[in-house]
Amino acid sequence: MQAAVIVFPGSNCDRDAKVALTSSMGHEPHMVWHRDADFPKVDLIVLPGGFSYGDYLRCGAMAAHSPAMREVVARAKKGTRVLAICNGFQVATEVGLLPGALIQNSHLKFVCAEVDLKVETNQTEFTAKCRPGQVLRIPIAHADGNYIADAETLDRLEGDGLVAMRYCTPDGRVVAEANPNGAARNIAGIFNAERTVLGMMPHPERLADPALGGTDGKLILDSLVEALS
Amino acid sequence: MNLSPEVVAAHGLTQDEFKRVVEILGRTPNLVELGIFGAMWSEHCSYKSSKKWLRQLPTEAPWVICGPGENAGVIDIGDGQAIIFKMESHNHPSFIEPYQGAATGVGGILRDVFTMGARPIANLNALRFGDPKHPKTRTLVNGVVRGIGGYGNCVGVPTVGGECTFHPSYNGNILVNAMTVGLARTDKIFYSAAAGIGNPVVYVGSKTGRDGIHGAVMASAEFDDKSEEKRPTVQVGDPFVEKLLIEACLELMESDAIVAIQDMGAAGLTSSSFEMASKGGVGIELDLDQVPAREPKMTAYELMLSESQERMLMILKPGREDVARLIFEKWELDFAVIGRVTDTGRMILKKDGAIAADLPVAPLASNAPSYDRPVRMTVPPAALGDVAPAGDTADALLHLIGSPDLCSRRWIWRQYDHTVMGDTLIQPGGDAALVRVHGTQKAVAVTTDCTPRYCKADPEMGGTQAVVETWRNITATGALPLAVTDCMNFGNPERPEIMGQFAGCIEGMRKACLALDYPVVSGNVSLYNETQGQGVLPTPAIGGVGLIQDLSKAVKVAPKADGEVLILIGETRGHLGQSIYLRELLGREDGPPPPVDLAVERRNGDFVRGQILAGHVTACHDISDGGLLVAVAEMCLAAKRGAGISLPSGPAHAIAFGEDQGRYVLAAAPEAAETILAAARTSGVPAFPLGKVGGDALTFGGSRAISLRELQTAHEGWLPRYMEG
Repeated sequence: MQAAVIVFPGSNCDRDAKVALTSSMGHEPHMVWHRDADFPKVDLIVLPGGFSYGDYLRCGAMAAHSPAMREVVARAKKGTRVLAICNGFQVATEVGLLPGALIQNSHLKFVCAEVDLKVETNQTEFTAKCRPGQVLRIPIAHADGNYIADAETLDRLEGDGLVAMRYCTPDGRVVAEANPNGAARNIAGIFNAERTVLGMMPHPERLADPALGGTDGKLILDSLVEALS
Repeated sequence: MNLSPEVVAAHGLTQDEFKRVVEILGRTPNLVELGIFGAMWSEHCSYKSSKKWLRQLPTEAPWVICGPGENAGVIDIGDGQAIIFKMESHNHPSFIEPYQGAATGVGGILRDVFTMGARPIANLNALRFGDPKHPKTRTLVNGVVRGIGGYGNCVGVPTVGGECTFHPSYNGNILVNAMTVGLARTDKIFYSAAAGIGNPVVYVGSKTGRDGIHGAVMASAEFDDKSEEKRPTVQVGDPFVEKLLIEACLELMESDAIVAIQDMGAAGLTSSSFEMASKGGVGIELDLDQVPAREPKMTAYELMLSESQERMLMILKPGREDVARLIFEKWELDFAVIGRVTDTGRMILKKDGAIAADLPVAPLASNAPSYDRPVRMTVPPAALGDVAPAGDTADALLHLIGSPDLCSRRWIWRQYDHTVMGDTLIQPGGDAALVRVHGTQKAVAVTTDCTPRYCKADPEMGGTQAVVETWRNITATGALPLAVTDCMNFGNPERPEIMGQFAGCIEGMRKACLALDYPVVSGNVSLYNETQGQGVLPTPAIGGVGLIQDLSKAVKVAPKADGEVLILIGETRGHLGQSIYLRELLGREDGPPPPVDLAVERRNGDFVRGQILAGHVTACHDISDGGLLVAVAEMCLAAKRGAGISLPSGPAHAIAFGEDQGRYVLAAAPEAAETILAAARTSGVPAFPLGKVGGDALTFGGSRAISLRELQTAHEGWLPRYMEG
């Protein structure tokens, strides 16, 4: 399996993604600079977290227009898997790879914490190694993670099984108290219709090493490696 | 040119200092030159009141690669790796404009560290605010925390620790001290001394604007009721550009193109160019028309004194301009050759084809005024007599653990990204934070500490205690403390009692650093923290750094299992002078601070570290503010486990809440606990088995059971409630 991590100016989780992918794949991913539309053929593209272009216009808005992203969209449409984490999720909604948008947290503050996530389905290449309904503990760190979409889109996401994970209590209850940012229906991550693109606010790459206190994030990366190798 | 006394005073120079300027030049300076002298000779840049005292601090050890005098201190951590770190104040700007003041404080200290070749791996911050009831406090807390987070989160360096306390003495002068810790290779450390006659002087980073002009002068004066009108002197930060600057500089540092590099901090282009020339014993000629400017028609005065952020000055090897330019263009940063190194020993600034300033470098940078200001030493107060208890011990614990200085800081550190970079092993909320040295089994322990109320009552003991508390916090993780940075925040040095506080704290720090083999490798002095004649509590904030060779041996504050034994290490006498108990429950801020016996401190700490590294200990917490019972309660909260303990004999309130030094609480499995107690007897270390971990409540010495829920509600409640107003 080959993977690429797109590096935008202002990305700051690109190295973390590289470290975690290297651990799961056994070799390093390609690190692709945002101006480079001509990168090698890969099985998985990761859009990492950070503050691409400072997030100055709107989170992810400027990254969406970079040469590398035009190529990512073209490849995603042909089926290349895309894992879009945090700022990457924001970029993915900006380019239309995923529906909806991520707006400022409802409490208006940045939030860095470990959260519990209920995996809605394990019938995907991203979550195959999780048990159905498994609760993962994975960190979040964002100011704009409040997922919104119109009711019709939310209903469609739910109806088609495209909600990947939701914020929940440690025992798996999806309730308002477990929602760290006001996201609609506690949504933490979603798939595209083909389930080839996953966007998620939590950072699986930050909890993929026992020394850091957990390896729940590694389940997602390992699922992909198994499916794409 | 005729310079009125008002113009001279507006540049922060006394008439005597101005006479000295005229003597050095052999003529009256022009306005540009006066501005440069004013900035370079400000307290902030010249350390003119504090130099004499700072020289007394121990700065050497076999593992010290570079001590004070460079942008940051450098220590060797083996395997060809170095840790580079420093703490710096951004007090005055943060009071005037809390968000940008705090944000640019973080930006400035990051640059001090990466300019030496280190990738920043951790940020910390030591914050002091006024009385929570003061009308400005809430806004300041909110702005400062958002500013620190806004900057640090964007650059992608984890903010892993620090401290935050409240006291009315900071009502008009909050303290915002930011610390950065970076990781470098010992063969890739960069210094600031310019060298190589004819070498290009290169400007990189953001463009220069009209912001922050006179920041260094402002930071060197007392506040008055017009201080908030100084808002235009506060700079505005751009963390996105800082992130690009970090990556571009580190990329260029991989080559061998750089001779010297220096960030543009206080007094911007002036101090960076003069410091580089002065350290190298050379001259520099700058063509100010080449400086990337944000707006047209900026004058030489403005270009030299602007404190626009995210800028660096470099001396490159000849012919390497193009290599460097490509890297900075890749990162979309400004890059301009703005001058040359010369052999004249003079700083010559050209603007619009004319000479705007012509100054000798050496007298300006090295021969700045130095003052031996009058000193009146503080007389420490007499010992307190017996202190009657303020009600029930259990109630007192709940009160203390929910008080402004002891409650949970979660509201703060949730707003800081503390897990980015994937190496944070011990997150905020413990003793020291622990950050893995990327790609290795080593980890660095980092902490900031100071107990200003101790420093006020007895500056020497307070200075000692501040150093010792960082040493203890690092020790409590299992790491070996290696070196410190200091950030000395005091009032007006022209008042003898303030200089007495300064001198006393330095003496206490000196003794502690010597006794613990724990040198000072970098630091910063912030004086004039006064408003209308009211100085802040003397606050020598200490940032400590330690190393653990095998991160798997490190421990946290949370016991791991029910049935573990809690052991108190160190002697408990019940010292209540200057304690939080005395202040919070009895409304008294009197008595002497608890004495520190440095030999005992070292013995107890070395014992604790040895037991941790031997694998006998499952959790460890140092005992500091609030005393023994607060420490045990914090361990229970971290573990979400109760405990049943008995207290050593003596008056319950003094034993529970006295702040005797040199103490730790360890947790250990029963068999290991026996081993620890036996080892303590052999080593002559006082050790007292307190009781056992377990259940869902904390009980002690026959008190009522305090449920974990009660403890947690008290501990987590105050700060969010306060901030919601």
